[in-house]
Order: sequence, then structure tokens, then C-alpha cells
Amino acid sequence: MNTELLLQLTVNGLIVGLLYGVIAMCFVLIYKSTQVVNFAQGEFLLIGAWVCWATLVWLDLPFYIGFLLTLGFMTVFGIIIQAVFLRPMIGEPIISVIMVTIGLSMFFQSLMKWIFGVSAESYPQVFETSTITIAGLNIELAYILSLIFSVVMMVGFYWFFRYSRLGLAMRATAFDQQVASSLGISVSKVFAASWAISAMVSATAGIVIGMVNGVSDALSFIGIKVFPAVILGGLDSIVGGVVGGVIIGVLENLAEFIDSQYLHIGNLYTIAPFYILLIILTIKPYGLFGTKNIERI
Amino acid sequence: MISLSMRPCGDFRTSYKADNQIFETSTIRWLVVATIIALCFAPLVLDAYFLTLFIQVAYLGIAALGLNILVGFTGQISLGHGAFFGFGAFASAWLNNEFGIPVWLAIPLAGWLTMVVGMIFGSPAARIKGLYLAIATLAAQFIIEDFFARAGWFSGGSYGAAAEPVSLFGYTLDSDQSFFYIALFALVFMYLWGTNLMRSRDGRAFVAVRDHYLSAEIMGINLNWYRLLSFGISSFFAGIGGALYGHYLGYVSAEGFTLMMSIQFLAMIIIGGLGSVFGALLGTIFIVLLPEVLESVVALIAGTGLLPAGSVAESMAYFKEMAVGLVIILFLVFEPQGLAHRWRQIKAYWKFYPFAY
Repeated sequence: MNTELLLQLTVNGLIVGLLYGVIAMCFVLIYKSTQVVNFAQGEFLLIGAWVCWATLVWLDLPFYIGFLLTLGFMTVFGIIIQAVFLRPMIGEPIISVIMVTIGLSMFFQSLMKWIFGVSAESYPQVFETSTITIAGLNIELAYILSLIFSVVMMVGFYWFFRYSRLGLAMRATAFDQQVASSLGISVSKVFAASWAISAMVSATAGIVIGMVNGVSDALSFIGIKVFPAVILGGLDSIVGGVVGGVIIGVLENLAEFIDSQYLHIGNLYTIAPFYILLIILTIKPYGLFGTKNIERI
Repeated sequence: MISLSMRPCGDFRTSYKADNQIFETSTIRWLVVATIIALCFAPLVLDAYFLTLFIQVAYLGIAALGLNILVGFTGQISLGHGAFFGFGAFASAWLNNEFGIPVWLAIPLAGWLTMVVGMIFGSPAARIKGLYLAIATLAAQFIIEDFFARAGWFSGGSYGAAAEPVSLFGYTLDSDQSFFYIALFALVFMYLWGTNLMRSRDGRAFVAVRDHYLSAEIMGINLNWYRLLSFGISSFFAGIGGALYGHYLGYVSAEGFTLMMSIQFLAMIIIGGLGSVFGALLGTIFIVLLPEVLESVVALIAGTGLLPAGSVAESMAYFKEMAVGLVIILFLVFEPQGLAHRWRQIKAYWKFYPFAY
């Protein structure tokens, strides 16, 4: 039993899991307020990371300007996607809504491949990325940064939904659209805002992951990996998304540990979350915190 | 039913039997028969390129019809159809290589095996539906894909599996010309089967489950059984399609059956029209022809110098994916009922041409 490796992988799992949690939050945000399951969530990460990379490398801008430009771009992008492609889908059957986001995901994934190529590119040194040692464990500074980022985002979301006007409007809309609009909330604005925020935060997560692992089209797969997390937490619970993300992150790394130490199957790391997903769906489809959908006849 | 409302005026039915015909009029029936007979002579006239396209339409079209039975008729969503298609291909090659079962028998047997696997992965459908089911099938897609890469005894692992060509009565059908007849036979057989299935009790039960599952249950339809059965039948069609694909190419590799392929199957039935047997075929033709047309269009533009010439060839794969993604979105926004609906409208318009309303 290799305790050091186990500890290392657990810490990795926690950090990655928190990032999954942030992305799951963005996913749940869209689902909760607009009832759209966004299969293109991973493409938000991908596009954000590439756009930021382009501003830094092609335009040679300093990081904070490039970052702000990316945020601006993603806001506009999210709003456009919602207004042009998702608004006509209101009231359509689930299959149409899912397929539109899948179509978007396919389109943007190959568009990014076409523009930026398939090989991974690394970010220019923004911070002095080096490893630091805490309690005998080697941890990359970038991981610490992503940890800080995740926690800041989560606290930010909490504040936003608890105290800000827009956040309250979004919660009201998620609760009951008719009541919300009769109280003077513009539902279409709330829809646009939730897509914009989700795109923005996902893009930031994409940039953070890009700094650690380099930017490549592998980022879009994270959008698929978020599904086990959100299902485990419950599709319509933001807290659930975070908890699910952390659990999936840790479990995934534990699977890696068991695989490398005992089973030697290989690739268990990527596939384990999907087994977990199937098990949750058969045992407890509405997840840990999700609202159980009770149907009346 | 859409087809009833789309029937041109003056076309009345007086018996239940007449109302339940496969083809609405005898003219259509004779036209279809004539088309099939004409297709029998196609290998004598057409060159290999068109035959290849037709064979592609045949094996993909069979699988697409299966998906349409599941998605369009029963209202379940599956994102794992590509994996089932691959399972059929591997299963048929495995049965043939391992047990020496002749290929013509291995293909339907592979269909049955795929049906069993499909029912196992479709079993969550007894508890969950809609969105949750879509995500469960997404997990199935990745698990089966992983299984292909891992199970060396079944799929040959990362090397892939060799698949023998079909041989019948001592003749080996390994050229495009001879495989064309197998593809044509399979296509006609499976589409007739699919159409007849939809006219039977089971088919009507599927539609009832889709339209209002509570009423369906009250009317004595076993919901769980029919949801599972629909998964099984859809996987059966996918398995047959996949087996044909494997024996046509002669080689099955684990890489081809990705989520991308599942999405392409969904694209076919959305473009063709959900809940239409003929639509599945139309959609398949559309998706098979799309990259070919795109390629010639891009070649045309590249010749004029509007695009940088050197990068075009390597960008082609991305253009194709982008085109499929775009087509899915455009169809869902502008023509949600698909090509089958457009086809019916055109027909209704021309039937009594100057006087139609």
C-alpha cells in the first residue's frame, strides 16, 4: 500500500473535484433557470481557454487585459447562443433541446480544432509556476491557484444568489416563471444572464485548467465528465453540483490508485465516473440534493 | 398521426384495412417496386463510387431506422446508438471467427446479441425517462466503447478484428457489386419489417407510450416492457447494420464507434423526421451525401483562391463535423419535422396540382 501516492491522488482529486464542482455549478445554473441541459458546457471551457490563449500569444497582450477581454467575449457569446439558438427551442420536446446543444457542441468543437489545431498549446508563463511543498506533498502552484479560484467562485455564487438583485431574480424565475414575470422580472433577461454567467465562469475554469495542463480539445471532454457530478448531486441543486464534483473528482483519482496498484486494467480513471453515473441513475435518479419529480395524474 | 392530416383532399378510406396499408396508393406501391427492380440493375451501370455510397446508406439506414423506432416512435432518447452499432460489427466478426458460424447466420445472431446488450443498458428506462435516460445512455456509450478497447478476446483490443466477407452457396461476395445485393436485400427486408412492426400492436403501443404514457398504461400497455422492448428492437437494428458494416469493410476497429457516431445517427433521424420510417432513410441519404457534396463545394471554392489552398485538405474533416453540427441546429430551428414532412407537403401540393388547398 503506497500511502504517499494515495494521499497525493486524494489531494489531486479534491482540487480537480472542486474545479468539476465549479463547472457543475455553471451547468446547474443553466438547467435550473432555463430547463436546458447544456451538452456544450465543455465547449465554453474550450472556447474561453483558446480565446484567452489567442489574446496572450497572437495579440501579445498582458494577462489581465486578455483575461478581461475573454470574459467580455464569453458574456456576449453566451447571450448570443441563448438568444439565437435556444430561444426558439422554448416549449419544444426535450430531444430537440438536447440535440441543439449537441449540435452546438459539435460545431464549436470542430471550429476550434480548425482554427487552433489539435495539438496542446501551453500558456505563456503568467505566474511563476513551480511546485511548492506542503506537509511533504508536492503541489503545483497552479493547483493552489485553481483551488483558490474554485473557492472564490463558489463563495461568489453563494453571495450572488443570496444577496444580489439579479441572483434573486434568477432564483425567483427558477421557482416559478409566471409568478416571477408578474412581479416585474424580465424572464428573457434572466435566461440571457444565466447563459452569460455560465459561459463566463466556465471560460475562467477553462483558462485555469489550460494553465495547468495546456489548452487542447481535451477540455471539451470535461463538459461530458460533469454529467456524473451533476447527476450525483441532483440536476437542479447548485450545492449538489459542488458536492458531486468533489466526490467524482476524488473517486476518479481513487479509481486511478486502485487501478495502478492492484488491478492494472488501465484507463479506469476515465471510465469509472460513468459506471458511478449508471449506478446512481438506477438507485437514486434524482441525486443527493435534487428535487424529486413527483407526477400527478 | 401526421400522415392522416397530410392526406390530399378527395382521398377517402372506407375500411380499416385500406387505412392501414403500407403505401397510401397503388401508384406509390408500384413506384417503390419499380425502384427496387431498377436498383437491382444498378451494379451493371453505376461505378464503384456510387455503389459504395449506396452500401453506406444501406447499413447506416438500417441502424438509423432502429434509432427512429426508439426515439421517434417510443419517445426515449439514446446517445449510445453508435456503440450498439459497433457492438453488432464486433459480435458478428467474433461469432464468425471464434465459432466458425457462417457469415449469413452470424449477422442476424449478432443482431440478437446486440439486442440483449441493448436491453441491459436500456433497463434504466424502467425507472427513468427523458433527460435522465439520455444521460444513462451517454454513460453506456462510454462504457461499451471502453469495453471494445479492453476486451481482446471479443474485439481484438486495439488491433481490431478481421471480418470475413459474406459467402453464399460457395460464392464469396467481396466486391462492391456483389455486396450491393446483400445491402439492398437487407435494406428492403429491414425497412419492410420496421414498417410492419409499426402497424402491429407493438408498434401502436410504442406510439401510445410516446404520446401519453399514463393513458397508455391505463389502457393495459405494460410500460416497462415496451420501453425495454423498444430499446431491444432499436439495438437489434443497430446490430444488423453494424454487422453489415463489418463484413463489408472486412475489418472492424475499436476507434470508429464514438459518441460522434451516435450523434450522427441522431442527426439522421432528426433531419429525416422523427417518427417516420421513410424519414430515417431520407435522413441517412442526407448525412451520407453531405460530406461528399461539401467536399466538391470546398474544392470548387478552393479553386477560385478564396480559401488558402494548402490547408483545405486537412481541414476537410473539421468542415464535415461542423456541417453536421450546423445542419442539426438548422433543421431543429427551421424544419423540426424533418425531410419526411417536407416530402409529404410536396406530394400533397402536386397531387391535385392546380386545385390543391
